[in-house]
Amino acid sequence: MNRRIFVRSGALALVTLGLDPTFLRRTAFAAELKRAGNGRVLIVLFQRGAADALNVIVPHGDADYYRLRPGIGIAPPARSAGAEGALDLDGFFGLHPALAPLEPLYRRGLLAPIHAVGSPSATRSHFDAQDYMETGTPDRKSTPDGWLNRYLAIRGTCEECSPPDRSSGPGAHDGRSPFRAVALAEQTPRILEGPAQSVAMSSLDDFVIRSTGSDAATRLEALYRSGSADLVHGAGSELFDAMKLLREANPQRYQPSVGAEYPRSPFGQRLRQIAQLVKADVGMEVAFADVGGWDTHVNQGGATGQLAARLRDFASAIAALVTDLDDRMADVTIVTMSEFGRMARENGTRGTDHGHAGSMFVIGGNVDGGKVHGRWPGLAPDRLHEGRDLALTTDFRAVFGELVTRHLGAQHPELVFPGYTGGQREWLGVVRS
Amino acid sequence: MPGLHFSASVAAAAALASMLSAPSSMAQDRPLPSAAISPASTTVLAREQNADQQVLHALNRLGFGPRPGDQARVRAMGVDAWIDAQLQPERIADAPGDALAASYPALALPLPVLLERYPPPQVLRRDQQRNATTGPVDSLAMAAQLRRARVGIVQLGGELQSMRVARAVVSERQLQEVMVDFWENHFNIYANKGPYMRHWLVGYDRDVIRPHALGHFRELLGAVAHSPAMLFYLDNVQSIADRSRAAGPRDSVRRRGLNENYARELLELHTLGVDGGYSQQDVIEVARALTGWTVAPVQQGGGFLFRRAAHDAGAKIVLGHHLPAGRGEADGEAVLDILARHPATARFISTKLVRRLVSDSAPASLVERASATFLRTDGDIREVVRTIVTSPEFFSASAYRAKVKSPFETVVSALRAMGASADPTPRTAQIIARLGQPIFGHLAPDGYPETGDSWINSGAILGRINFGLAVAGGTVPGVSISNWPESATLATASRETQVDGVVRALLGGDASSDTRALLVAGENPLAASLAAGAAGSTDDMVASTATAPGATRTMPARRRPDRRANPLDRGAAPLTGLDLIVGLALGSPEFQRR
Repeated sequence: MNRRIFVRSGALALVTLGLDPTFLRRTAFAAELKRAGNGRVLIVLFQRGAADALNVIVPHGDADYYRLRPGIGIAPPARSAGAEGALDLDGFFGLHPALAPLEPLYRRGLLAPIHAVGSPSATRSHFDAQDYMETGTPDRKSTPDGWLNRYLAIRGTCEECSPPDRSSGPGAHDGRSPFRAVALAEQTPRILEGPAQSVAMSSLDDFVIRSTGSDAATRLEALYRSGSADLVHGAGSELFDAMKLLREANPQRYQPSVGAEYPRSPFGQRLRQIAQLVKADVGMEVAFADVGGWDTHVNQGGATGQLAARLRDFASAIAALVTDLDDRMADVTIVTMSEFGRMARENGTRGTDHGHAGSMFVIGGNVDGGKVHGRWPGLAPDRLHEGRDLALTTDFRAVFGELVTRHLGAQHPELVFPGYTGGQREWLGVVRS
Repeated sequence: MPGLHFSASVAAAAALASMLSAPSSMAQDRPLPSAAISPASTTVLAREQNADQQVLHALNRLGFGPRPGDQARVRAMGVDAWIDAQLQPERIADAPGDALAASYPALALPLPVLLERYPPPQVLRRDQQRNATTGPVDSLAMAAQLRRARVGIVQLGGELQSMRVARAVVSERQLQEVMVDFWENHFNIYANKGPYMRHWLVGYDRDVIRPHALGHFRELLGAVAHSPAMLFYLDNVQSIADRSRAAGPRDSVRRRGLNENYARELLELHTLGVDGGYSQQDVIEVARALTGWTVAPVQQGGGFLFRRAAHDAGAKIVLGHHLPAGRGEADGEAVLDILARHPATARFISTKLVRRLVSDSAPASLVERASATFLRTDGDIREVVRTIVTSPEFFSASAYRAKVKSPFETVVSALRAMGASADPTPRTAQIIARLGQPIFGHLAPDGYPETGDSWINSGAILGRINFGLAVAGGTVPGVSISNWPESATLATASRETQVDGVVRALLGGDASSDTRALLVAGENPLAASLAAGAAGSTDDMVASTATAPGATRTMPARRRPDRRANPLDRGAAPLTGLDLIVGLALGSPEFQRR
C-alpha cells in the first residue's frame, strides 16, 4: 500500500534526527519475509475447564447414555423434536443442538468430530491435564516446552525449509515471519512456550507503540535498528518488522467476508483477529486461542442452559471463522480440544464431575470430514474407565502428530512428541494427505 | 560491547591484593586493586572493570539497579564494603522495607487466621450448595458472601505479588531481595493450583524462603520440603505407600498410591539437576521415603503433617545410601541430608547462581570454585554467593552489562532509577505479568527460564517500550518525572544536558553515539506537524499511534474495562522534552541490559 510514503517520510525523519538512514534498506526487505512453511495454517482452540464431551457429541444411539443422564441428557434427534433434540450426524452420534452453526460444515465434509480422545494420564486435575495437553507429554511435568513450540523449533532445524537469510541486517531472524506463531492471549500459553519465537497479544490493537502525538516510535525504531547485532536489538528489529506487516494488513479497517458474523464475545473477537492475520498474509503458521467456562459441576443444563450457551458462542465463532476464511480454508485446519471429559453419570446437582476421555473437532479443507472418527468404547458399566468415565480409545498425540505431519509438513513427529510410542499406526486419518 | 574502558595494566599492577583482604578505600578513577587467587590454580586475575563500572555492576547484580544517589554512596563506601554489607542483610537497617508491612496486613497473619478470613470462593460455593439441600437459604446473602470471598482472594493474591515488587523497589537489603527472587523461582510454585495455594504462599515467602535465602541450603531445602505449598503443588499430599492402610475403599476410585512427582522434581529441579546421576529407581525410593509428608486438613490448621499410616515403612536405598526400615519421618530427613550434601547439588546450585549473578554462559572456572565453597561450607549460601560476587569473573569485562533484564528486573530497576515510592496496589505487579512473567504465575515446576534468549522476543520488546513510555507519561503508580530527583536540575537545562543526565541516571552512562544523537535531536518537525493534522495521516510510522489526533481511522474496539487499569493498555499524553527523553531511554535497548 503506502510503503513508498513510509520510506520517504521515515528517511526524512531520520535525516532530521541526524542519523544514517541505511537501516531503511533493510526495512524494505521486511515485506519480503519468507512465508511460513508450506503455506498451511493450524489454528488451535483450547476449551479450558473440561468440556462435557458426552453432551457435545451426543451418543444418542447408545441406550446407556440415557440411563446415565436422565436429567441432562440431550434428546435423540426426532423429526419433530425441533430445537430440543441432538442434530443427527450418522444415526448414532448427534451434535448438541447449540452446535447448529457447525452442522453445515459436517454436511459439507469439512468437519471431523473425534470421540473418546484425550490424554492417557489418569489425572483429574485441570491444572495437570491442561499442562499435559499443552506439553504433549502426559504425566511428565518438567517438560520445558509446549508441543506447538517444539513443532516450530524442530521444523526450523530442517535446512531446506529454512534457508538462512541474513539480508535483513543486524539481529536478522531466520527469514521467518515474526507472526509465524501467534497466541491471542495476554501471556504466551504453555503450548507455545519454548525456544521458537512466538507473539502473544490479547488483541491486534495492543500491538502498537503507545506514543500518541510524538515521534517516539520513529526514534525507538532507529535505536533498535542501529547498534550492535545482539539479542535485544534483533528482537527489536523483529518487532518493528512485525508492526509494519500488521499496519499493512490494516486491522482497523478489517471487514469480514459476507455472512461471517462473529459473536461479540471475547472468543468471537479473538477468532475474528485470527482470520485477519490469515487473510493479511503475515506469514502466520500456527495460531492459538482459548475459551473458558466449561467446568460445569452444577446445573449445566440440557438442550438449553449453561453448557448450551457456551456451545452456542463456541460454534458461532468457529462457523464465522470458517465463513470468513472462505477459500483460504483449503490451507487452514482448526482443531479444538479440552483437558479431559466429564463423568458419564450426571451428579446430584444436575452437573457433571471430572472425567477422562473427551472429544475434539478437526475442521478444514483437507480434513476427512462428514464422519465421526475414533472408536466408540461404549458406556456400559464394564466399558467405563474406572467404572465411571468415558474410556479413552485415541491418544491426543495421535491426532496432534497427524496434524503436524500431514497438515503442516513436519518430518519428525516423534521429536514433537518425545516418549510417544504410538506413532503413525495410531493415526485416525482425519487429514487427507 | 560499547562503553567499556579497560585499564588492564593498572589492573594487573593492582592484582596483588588478596580477595580476603579487608575492603580498602580507593582513589576514585582507578580500578579497585582487589583481585582473587583461584584455589584451583594459582592464576592471579585482575578486575577488568573500572571503578565506576564495578559500582554499577554490583548495584545491578546484587540488587535491582541504582536508585538516585546509590552510585555515589557505594563509591564512597567502597564497592567491596558494600558487597560485604549486602551479604549480611540482617545487619542492614531497613526502614523503607520495614515500613511496607502496614500496606500488606494479610501477609503478617498466621495460616489459620488466613484460612478463616479468606475463604476460597469455590469452597464457599460448595458449602453453600450443600447447605441449600438441607434447609432454607437466603440467596441474596449467599451471593454477597461469595462476592466478598472473590474480592478477598484476589486481594490476597495481589498483596503477595505486590509486596514482592515493593520490597525489591525500596528495601535496602537488595541482595536479600535478589536471593528471594532467585529461590522462589528455583523452588517455583504456581498460585492458581488449588483453592488454598495463596494462603500457603504467604508463609512460603515469609517463613520458608526469606529466612533462609542466604542461609544454609539444607535448612532451606528442609523448609521447602515441609511447606504445605510445595507438598500440595507437587502432589506429595496424594502420595501414599502402595498397599498402605490409608488406601481405604474411599480412595480406590481415585486410584491412589505412590506419586513420584515431588520426588522427581526434588532430584531433577531442586538439588542434583537433570544430569545429576540418579536413576528412575532412585526417584521411586525417594518417593517412598517421602510418603506420609502431607498437609493437615484445613479444619485442623492446614499445616505440615506426617501421616504415619500413609508412610512406606520398608527399607530403601537412595543413591547408594541404605535407609533402614521403620524410621518414619526420619526417612525424608535422611534423603534431604543426602541430597543437600551431594556434589551434583553443589554444582547445579552453583551453576544457577553464577548464571543469575554473572552471565548466561556461567564461566566454568567460577562454577568450579563456587561448588568447592558449597561443599567446604556445608552449603552455606552466603559463602557461595561471596565466592561468586568477589571473583574476577564477576568483575570481568565480558560480564559487564551481559545480562538481559527479566520482566521483574526491568520494572523494578526502572522504578528504582526513577526514585519511585512503593506501589501498594497490584498494578505494578500486573505490569510485570503483562511483560510475560507473573509473580507466582509460572505453571510448571521448573520456574521461569534463566537466560535472556528464552524471554526476549518481539512482543517482549514491545511491552518494555510501552512500559518506558507509560513511566514517562506518568501512568505508572508511584512514579512521576516531576518527583524524580534528577528533574530538579534537568527540567530547565539544555537538551544536551538533559540527555547527559538521563543517560547517566538511567543507562549508567553507557549509550552509543547513535543513541545519544537520537535522544539529543530536537522534536521531530514531521511528527509534530502530523500530530497537528497538517500532513495527512498516511505516514506509517505515526500511524502506529492509532489514536493520533487528526488521524482518520476508526477507533479500536472497546476494551473490557478490567484491562484498562493496566498502564500498558492506555495511550499516554504526547511526550515532549525531558519526559520524552526518559521514555525513550527506558524503552531503549541499553536499558534492557544490566
